[in-house]
Amino acid sequence: MNMRMQPQRTPAEAALVDAFDERLSLLPGDGAVMVKRDAAIEVVKAGLPTRRVESWHYTDFRRMLTAVPAYDQTAKAEAKQPVLADATVLAVLNGVASTRIPEIEGVTVSRLEDKLSDGSFAPAMALAGPDDAIGAINAAFVADGYFVDIAPGAELAAPLELQNVQAGGQTHVRFPVRVGAGAKATIVERQTGTGAAFVSSVGHLLIGEGADVVYIIVQDQPEDATHLGQFNADIGANGKLTLFVMNAGGKLVRQEVRVRASGEGAYFTLRGVNLLAGDGHTDVTMVLDHAVPHTGSTEVIRNVVTGKARGVFQGRINVHQYAQKTDAKMACNTLLLSDDGEFSTKPELEIFADDVVCGHGATVTEIDRDHLFYLMARGIDEKTARGLLVKAFLAEVIEELEEEPIVEALEARLDAWFATHG
Amino acid sequence: MAGAKAGWTDMALEAPTYETEIIMLEIKNLHARIVEDGTEIIRGLNLTVKDGEVAAIMGPNGSGKSTLSYILAGREDYEVTEGEILYNGHSILEMDPAERAAAGIFLAFQYPMEIPGVATMEFLKVALNAQRKARGEEPLKTPELLKKVKAAAAELNMDMGMLKRPLNVGFSGGEKKRAEILQMKLLEPKLCVLDETDSGLDIDALKIVADGVNALRSPDRSIVVITHYQRLLEHIVPDSVHVLYRGQVVKTGDKSLALELEANGYAGIIEEAA
Repeated sequence: MNMRMQPQRTPAEAALVDAFDERLSLLPGDGAVMVKRDAAIEVVKAGLPTRRVESWHYTDFRRMLTAVPAYDQTAKAEAKQPVLADATVLAVLNGVASTRIPEIEGVTVSRLEDKLSDGSFAPAMALAGPDDAIGAINAAFVADGYFVDIAPGAELAAPLELQNVQAGGQTHVRFPVRVGAGAKATIVERQTGTGAAFVSSVGHLLIGEGADVVYIIVQDQPEDATHLGQFNADIGANGKLTLFVMNAGGKLVRQEVRVRASGEGAYFTLRGVNLLAGDGHTDVTMVLDHAVPHTGSTEVIRNVVTGKARGVFQGRINVHQYAQKTDAKMACNTLLLSDDGEFSTKPELEIFADDVVCGHGATVTEIDRDHLFYLMARGIDEKTARGLLVKAFLAEVIEELEEEPIVEALEARLDAWFATHG
Repeated sequence: MAGAKAGWTDMALEAPTYETEIIMLEIKNLHARIVEDGTEIIRGLNLTVKDGEVAAIMGPNGSGKSTLSYILAGREDYEVTEGEILYNGHSILEMDPAERAAAGIFLAFQYPMEIPGVATMEFLKVALNAQRKARGEEPLKTPELLKKVKAAAAELNMDMGMLKRPLNVGFSGGEKKRAEILQMKLLEPKLCVLDETDSGLDIDALKIVADGVNALRSPDRSIVVITHYQRLLEHIVPDSVHVLYRGQVVKTGDKSLALELEANGYAGIIEEAA
């Protein structure tokens, strides 16, 4: 039980509690789901986390979430061109999934609304703990999304793109994806829109034995939107997950990444770029559990900070007692391009096994003057040269994805960001 | 304000007002120091390099050779406190490195930078087109660029595969030097400054690089070869040799001066100067 005393609700907390009362009769779900929703809203009622809650120390959510817009029934959102040109798009528009689901070989897609209505999704709505504010807000309000089931052994011919497009108001979605043993898939999760919306989106990825998944989250919400993302993954034996996270928008953004390497031989790769501009606040918080022996992971986060933007990366790696031979490496590098920008990094290693290799490193730098001089000495003007170097700093992690269409598509997203913020 | 801080392109439009001969490079009583700690490195240096001239700058370690090359290229870490650098009759002291490069000054670095994440081809394209733009020329399209690069790379015995890598990353010392000369060939500068281009080269690579430089010799292009050893000058035969010591040119002669230095070392000349 949450024993904290909250003397008074903030306007945002009050808006959430009121919205729940208003929406309750419209939200899908059987009794089991409704029990989860009630439990979740209690967590919100107890107060959103402040900086005194360790996992929210650098993002004082209660103070920073100043307003929550009401639902907007009139808003019209349209599906976007996919990030990867040949992808099959499954779009949720203003929180509503489509009933017209494309046929994809080896994949079964259902609307999440159905899974909520029949109660089968209730177990997945459990919260990770009292500090799981994103899970709580989403569990209280989630109305739709897609449930994607990739058959064992299936190799998807084209990438899948899960789109969550908002046009203002509130949107709460989930994307559970189950990848069968030995299957291979590339999945993009696109979080975007046009309004000053309040968005929560929770993903679940269950990776079967020996399956290989590339999962790419591209978040480019408008500069006045609040985006709360949570990505949960469980990697089975010899499974492989490469997660790429790009944050390139939003006023208040928190993307949580919770991954568990639960089968021997599981390998997790996290690569992320945070493009921070204006006066936005972007927080990427990762919790990774190496739960069994012989698993590995590497995490590299690169940040570019301009204007008065602030960023946070918290990376916590838990190596469980019996998880011998774990090999984990984490790095967070920030290029600070303005005097008013800020980036906070908190790496945490919690190791209960004694035969492991774990390391982390963090750097905050400005543009390398020697590099800048070299480029300028070839006739490239200072602005262009700086742009090239910033892009190079980010492109390095993107290029690790190796597959050319993916690299090109993500570099095009970088260019799009530089065109407006460079 | 007739362009004290104007870009090169503006100045190029003005007819030079000098009645005397226009000289590619004239350095007059140059004094310069390291910005960070104020150490004076160049102490009253005079040097004249005429159009088409290949001038060798020799000198012991610490004499200011590399500093001179950086100052010519416009590196901000050095501050000119006195004197003048005239390039085709115009002062370049107020120009930034990019403006100098666009005006035709090229520095082949002693230690070319490795820049991860910047594709070599992309860099060549941006650099070439930046200079073309500064000169009011149309940008080069990728196929034309590729053709030029292929031709230049073949002459320097360079593998095109290398150019697919990030700029200078993982290049051997010799490959980096070749890549510098490749850039020089593509950018077609008027004043080339080669800073210790021979260091780290084996004899075969040295010949290839020297051939590359010699191919660029022309009546309207000047080349300043900075070197510690005479070896390079057997392959790039200079018109003049200047000995730099404690930030000054202490002796000037023809190519025989280089041979004399090779035989007797710097000690004699330094004593003479002192």
